Order: sequence, then structure tokens, then C-alpha cells
Amino acid sequence: MTVSDKIKKLKIGMASCGVAAGAEDVLAVLKEHTGDILIDEVGCFGHCYCEPVVEVETNDGESIIYAHVSPTEKAVANILSLGEEGRFKVNPARKAKELLKVTRLAGVINPTSYEEYVEYGGYAGLRKALGMTPAEVVDEVKKSGLRGRGGGGFPTGMKWSFLAAKEAEQKILICNADEGDPGAFMDRSLMESVPHQVLEGMLIAAYATGSTRIFIYCRAEYPLAIKHLYIAIDQIKANKLNILNGREIDILVKEGAGAFVCGEETALIHSLEGQRGTPRFRPPFPTDSGWKGYPTMINNVETFGNIPYLIAEGAENYARIGSANSKGTKLFALAGDLDSPGLVEVPMGITLREIVFDIGGADPENTKAVQTGGPSGGCIPVEMFDTPVDYDSLKALGAIMGSGGMIVIGKNRCMVETARYFLDFTHRESCGKCTFCRVGTKRMFETLERITAGEGVPEDLDFLDEMGRKVIKCSLCGLGQTAPNPVLATLRYYRHEYENHVNKKQCEVLACDKLVDVKIDPSKCVKCRLCIKNCPVDAVSDDFVIDNNKCPRCNTCIEVCPKNTIFRVKKGEGFYSE
Amino acid sequence: MTGNYDYLKKIAPDPSNLIRGLQAVQAQKGYVSDESIVAVAEYFNTPVVEAEGVLSFYAQFKRTKPGKYKICVCDGTACHIKGSPLILEWVSTELGIGNGETDAEGIFSLETVACLGCCSLAPVFSINGKVFGNLDRKSTIRILKEYRNK
Repeated sequence: MTVSDKIKKLKIGMASCGVAAGAEDVLAVLKEHTGDILIDEVGCFGHCYCEPVVEVETNDGESIIYAHVSPTEKAVANILSLGEEGRFKVNPARKAKELLKVTRLAGVINPTSYEEYVEYGGYAGLRKALGMTPAEVVDEVKKSGLRGRGGGGFPTGMKWSFLAAKEAEQKILICNADEGDPGAFMDRSLMESVPHQVLEGMLIAAYATGSTRIFIYCRAEYPLAIKHLYIAIDQIKANKLNILNGREIDILVKEGAGAFVCGEETALIHSLEGQRGTPRFRPPFPTDSGWKGYPTMINNVETFGNIPYLIAEGAENYARIGSANSKGTKLFALAGDLDSPGLVEVPMGITLREIVFDIGGADPENTKAVQTGGPSGGCIPVEMFDTPVDYDSLKALGAIMGSGGMIVIGKNRCMVETARYFLDFTHRESCGKCTFCRVGTKRMFETLERITAGEGVPEDLDFLDEMGRKVIKCSLCGLGQTAPNPVLATLRYYRHEYENHVNKKQCEVLACDKLVDVKIDPSKCVKCRLCIKNCPVDAVSDDFVIDNNKCPRCNTCIEVCPKNTIFRVKKGEGFYSE
Repeated sequence: MTGNYDYLKKIAPDPSNLIRGLQAVQAQKGYVSDESIVAVAEYFNTPVVEAEGVLSFYAQFKRTKPGKYKICVCDGTACHIKGSPLILEWVSTELGIGNGETDAEGIFSLETVACLGCCSLAPVFSINGKVFGNLDRKSTIRILKEYRNK
């Protein structure tokens, strides 16, 4: 195999998304042929749709990226000879709209190498902060206008000042890395790709607030992130970077155990104390009495990820990016019905249209809405895509910024079923402390189950609206206060879909299983018997008629039919050519 | 106490480490048995009911022995939109077990999880932590067959 002598170094994306796409196999084949050439295992560069990715750095400083690399000799030979095949160029529309600040080094450096992070300007923020007084650092964060990236949007500098003002024997700093919002992976990606940057943010915060102990509460579902954090923490200790204000700061990683409600501050603290993760009344706020009664401050991973460059470049430069009340950039985990899902970083104030269509490459003809903020958020219809993305504009629409999950919903998806899905999640995740959250979300879920099964009655819609408002009012924490959002938002914008389900017993887009039949088009069927062979419940008869009373709507026959002659149709309706 | 719980000694016996203790047991045995709960409660000096209460709160903990290969079908938002209910149905049909069950031979167990964080590759599932993405019916069944023949 010929290896171009222009190659200086190879990089392969080995974050969770890369590994899931098969990067480990590609790496194994690469290693057989590269000899002395250094292969750097880097994190995620945001373009998850084209994993596995191999980047070649040449001696003349050029960077060539290969996408969708298969673990074959042929693909590797192409790369090592700098072939033209499979070269990847970032879509120019995306390049123009994105602004990489927090993710500047993600996918560029090896996450397990302290030296590389430093070489690329890492720990400059911490060095600069240590040259300032703690109060000056807090002021700098205040001036920047940074708001909490976990979803609430509380001004970060103000939170820091609360903790800094406390006199206590111990002050606790917690990084909330319990990214439980299904459909969001910003925090995972940052911890996997640039763990040192997140930790640098924490060290700066610990210095500014006088914290004595740092906890990182990370979900157990992110093994790679946890591994990289441990490696980075050892390197920090070896380089004595955790000695601040004259004392050694302990940094501990604690693994969450799978409870969505633990994203809430007081629930998270209970969980860290080894208890059930139920929230409690506030006040006292954690900055007054938190972990074991000590003053405690909780920030999100992405918030900490912002700090190093905020300090290094200065608050004024930071505040130049973004809109009036939302400063800086925001990461979004873009997924769902679009061409280029992945992690994107954009300046606040950009419109949804730019994110979904220009960056994500979604088809405007086939896009119905976007869901922001996961199960706590709401959907925003395509007609409102000119809304600027910032904390206040999204809230005005009944959605929330949330932590940054952004799911594009295509025209072929049912909004009632989507709302049912979110309530299924939240009613199970309710901790059970507040009656309205525990029972109310369950009743709402059951009502939605009935509607999607074609058993809804017209009064159900008023019930959902009324109960949703009560759950919001009568719940203690963010989970209950936001759980009805997906229902209320879909009721507001897609009431006609609910009415179709209730009044006509129809699901327009044929998504709700109980409102569809599966039929074979007899005029096109070639009688190959694949459907009969593959049906798990023997619902297809020898003369190619599907018994819809038996059929579980598993789509197996539709998938295996070589001539695409099997379709979902509205329940009770005949096939057009029958 | 009949089992060997020496590995707990690496963790300080402070009640705030109770969840870590339970996680350590689960990492060793794959689940937390009645006997293990008693052992953990004793070690951390907490009442057994409290340990059981903490355990039952968190979705991560399993009270029954899982199969050799643990399949987690992701039902996060992105995967749900991209058809995870069908993936679950196909896996369930192929293996003859429902959500939350383990087969009689103890080879496969099946459950759904909230999100594996690989949303851009939706729909995905993981087998013993290894994530498989962009699934359709063919690849789902091929992967299961590969594991069965291992």
C-alpha cells in the first residue's frame, strides 16, 4: 500500500458517535498500514452524520477530511494516498452561519492529552484568572452577560456572586452533567472531546467563588465521558492546577443512576448525598444551604465550557456575540428529520430557519415543526421559524431554550403521538412528591393514549388544557412545571390534528397504529411470499390478504416487500385499486 | 452474609456513598439481589428499607439477573421520531422476549432507555454498551444473529 510522504498526522473521530458508526474498526485497519505515522484519536467535530471521519494533516499544513470511511483496505488505501474519493467539505451555508467558540477544539485535539490542550491555548483562561482577584473574575462573568446553559437561563455571574459572598468552612461547586433530556448530547460531546476545557471552567469558578470541593454529577450512560474526565483530573492533579487560593481542591466524579428529575438542583444534591433524588422547597437556595448544608453552586457543563474563553478573551469581546439579553454562542444537538444531524454552535439570536434549513439541511417542503428543550419544551411550527433563538423569544412562543436539544419533526409525523411520547417519558420520571405532577401527568398521558387509539371524546381536549395548567401551577420543581408544555404547545398549534383523532378517528399521517390498517395492493403484488414468510404473527393469508385484527403493525412486511406494494392506510378504508 | 463484598471496602462507608456502593455491586454481579441490599445497607450503616428505597428510585438498578447480552433500545426523542418503537418490536419478535425481559437461556435481555446520546445516528440500540446506529430491520436482525452465534 502506498503511503503519501506528505502525511504529517492522522486524526480519527473517536467520540461515542464515531465509535457507534464503526470508527474502532477503521482505526484497526488504519494501524496495519500507517507504520510510524501518528494517529491521534480526537473527539467529535460536530458533523455526526458523516462518521466515521478520518482527517489527514499534511506537511504543508493542509487538512483533508474523509467522511463515511469504511473499515476496508480500499478505503484506507485511498486515504493514505490522499485520494480524491470521499473527501468531505463542510457545507458552505453551515460554515457561514456557525461560530465555533466553545467547540473550537472539539475534534481537533486528543481529549486525553493535556499537552495538546495546552498547546492549543488551553489553561490561558485559568492563568489570566489567577492574575486577577476572585472578585474581579466574578465581575468579569457578570459583565459578559453569560446565562446558565442548562435551560433556566439564570445569569451565571450573579449565581457566582451569591456563593462568593458566603463565609463557610466548605463551599461546594457542582457541575451538572446529568444530561437526561432525551435528544440532547451537547454535554456528552464536550466532556468526551474537550474534558480539560470543562474542568478549566470549573477551576476558574472555584477560584472566583472560593470553593473547596468540586463534584461532577455525570450520567452513568456516558462511560466515555466519565473515562475522559478521570484522565483529565489525574493530569490536573499531576500539574498541581487544583491548588487554588492556597489549598488543594478535591475534584470528584459521581455517576448518576438514571433519574431525569436529578437535573433539578435540589434533587441532584439529594442524589449526591446518597438519597432518593426528590426536589425540595426553595428557599433555602443551594447557595445558602446545599450539599450537607454547605453553600453550594451548580452550573451546567456547557456553562463551564464557556468560561475559559470568556476570561481569556475578556467579557467585552464575549458580549459582542449574541442578542440583547442572550450573549455568546449556544450549542444545539440537531437531530430528527433532516440531512445533517450533529452538534452545531451558533451565535445567540440566529433564527430557527437558519439552524434547521441552512445548517441542518432539512427539507423546507417536508418540515412541520421543531421541538426545543426536549420533554420540557414545546414545538415551534415552521411558520414561526423566523424567531430569533434566545431565551426570551422562545419562552414567548411556549417553548424553551432548554439545554439545547433540537428535534426536527417532519410532515409525516403525528403531533398527538409526539405529545403522547413526551408525557409517557415525564409521567414515568415524575418523582412522585407533588400530587399534580404524579397524578396529573399520568391522567394526561392516559388521555393521550386514548386519543391516539381512536377512543378520545371531545371533552378530552379541554381536560388536557385545564390539567396541563394545573400541573404547571402546582408542581415544586422544573419537571412538573414544564412537563405539560409539549401538550399545551401542540394543542395550541395543531389542534386540528387532535380534532381529527377525536372526531373522525383518523390519523392524517398514518402514524398512530390503532388508527391504521395494513393492506397489500393486489394489482402490483408479485406473490413472492416474502411477507408471509416474515410476518411474526402469521397475519398474511395464502391469498395475500392481511388480517388486521392479528397484525401488530410492526411494518416487517412493508420493509421486506421487494415491490413496495404494502401500505398503511386509514383504518376501515379500502385500498384505492380494490 | 454469604457473598464476598470486599470490593465495597474501596468506598468510604459514608451514607452519601450509598449509590456508589449499589453501583459497585451491580457492576460486579449485573444486578442487586436481596442479599446484596442487606450487605450494602450493613456496610453503609443505613436501614435496609432506606437502601431499598434509594435503589427503587433510580432506573439504573436491576433487581433481577440480566442476560449475557444486555440490549438497550434507545427511545430518546430523535430515535422515537426515527422509528424506535419498530426497532423494539423487531428485536422483541426476533428474540421472543418483551421489554424488560430476559430469555430462558439467559443470553439476551431487552429494555428501553431514555437516551444514549447518539441522536444523530438514530435509531440506535446498544448491546453491553456498544452502540449500533442507523438501524433498519435488516441490520437489526443481522446484529442479533451475530451475537447469538458468538
